[in-house]
Amino acid sequence: MSFFNLFKRKTAPLSLNETYGQGAGILIFAHTSEVIRAEKVLKNAGWPIRVMGPPPEIQTGCDLVIEFPLMEKLRLLRLLKEVRTTPLAVVPVNSPLLQPVDLFQIKDFGDYLMVRAANMKLTLDKTSRRIVNVSGGGCPDVPFLAQRMVGQILESAPLPRDIGHTLCGYALQLAFEEMQRLCSQ
Amino acid sequence: MLAVIGTVPDTDFPLTLGEPELQGERLAVAGHTCSLNRGTAALLAAAVKTAQTLSHPRPWAYLIGDIGLGDGSRKLYEHLSRHLGETDFSTLCFHYLMPDVDWHNKVLFAVQAMIARPLLIADAGFMYAAKMSGQAAEYDLFTPDVGELAFLADEKAPHPFYTRGFILQDNNQAPDLMARAYRYDNAARYLLVKGKVDYVADRHGILATVTEPHIAALEAIGGTGDTITGIAAALIDAGMAIPKAALIAAKANRLAGFYANPTPATQVAAIIDLIPQALKEALAASLPDNGSS
Repeated sequence: MSFFNLFKRKTAPLSLNETYGQGAGILIFAHTSEVIRAEKVLKNAGWPIRVMGPPPEIQTGCDLVIEFPLMEKLRLLRLLKEVRTTPLAVVPVNSPLLQPVDLFQIKDFGDYLMVRAANMKLTLDKTSRRIVNVSGGGCPDVPFLAQRMVGQILESAPLPRDIGHTLCGYALQLAFEEMQRLCSQ
Repeated sequence: MLAVIGTVPDTDFPLTLGEPELQGERLAVAGHTCSLNRGTAALLAAAVKTAQTLSHPRPWAYLIGDIGLGDGSRKLYEHLSRHLGETDFSTLCFHYLMPDVDWHNKVLFAVQAMIARPLLIADAGFMYAAKMSGQAAEYDLFTPDVGELAFLADEKAPHPFYTRGFILQDNNQAPDLMARAYRYDNAARYLLVKGKVDYVADRHGILATVTEPHIAALEAIGGTGDTITGIAAALIDAGMAIPKAALIAAKANRLAGFYANPTPATQVAAIIDLIPQALKEALAASLPDNGSS
């Protein structure tokens, strides 16, 4: 079986300070799944937010935070309150935050295509567009995501961002989106 | 005795302790069952197959349901922190658990309270927490894949998701990544790095590599990393020196994959069935054990 490697990097967005010339804040939540839910709500509402890694003093091991333009704090919190996704804390941030992985590895197995994002891999049957395997990762939602996604058609599979809860789930969402992009070409 | 500690993707699976049994593609522990096709159940199934091949007692399982919210992991962590000190396991293998540094440290304190220090193996989420806690050197074996090795090598990353881009997650970089992981004290006493080339290493360098048979499809198959760790854990608990156990596990896992004639769509249960045959072959081909764990 032959395959080739292809590395692709997403274009890194400008920081909020670079974009808006104003301070940034971070929204801290109890669970990664709440971050994912808040990200979906805020992005759908058109807010310029980014999911990032927290500063070291608040890291516990499987964390995400949402970086946002600090001047918009009240409006963002009002929207999040409406959808019952209130953060534990809102903190101004001046030092650089951890950047999530932005490097994808793509392997073409001939009949199958595999995309890796960070430690998560998603493999698809090119002909049927069926997800045939999910591998990698180490957080407890990985076996759950695999159980729910393997055997599903790409277009109708549950989204990791909707049913996942951890950074591994978030990485799988990135791999899923990259797979969608590759399959739409 | 070996104890394997992890989670299964079922919210109704209670905290369950006991000897696992294989029932087709299901793993049964104390009357509760789950699919053995991935995760800690796959690791346990591989350990059971290995123990049976060696005529060694089956491992003991600590399992609980957790789909990523961490609730099951926290219950299991609490149980371990209260009761692990009362046990006399010779080997502990920690696996799919929500990475949490505080709970990791409580569990490690409980391990230190055991009458005899067991050998400690960590993979998956618990390995992430072990590294982030700064206690990696307390462990005897980590079994990362290349992406996870890059995370171990990145002294600043709290999770593989944040591994910095300049640390290339590529199998060809593995020797440099292992050296960097040891330089920052973020690796266990031994490493078994799973990839296109499997590496067995310690602080002083590479001890062994395995490259054949090379089955490209195995990388895509969920659970093949878990089975390697399960084989290694069972071999170590049976008394084999850690470097040799890691080497034999890598060879046996590849051979089992080879015999399964897999595609990227193959599920790991098909490979687990072939572990006994593959393990016998790998053991027969191995040199006499001159090491010590």
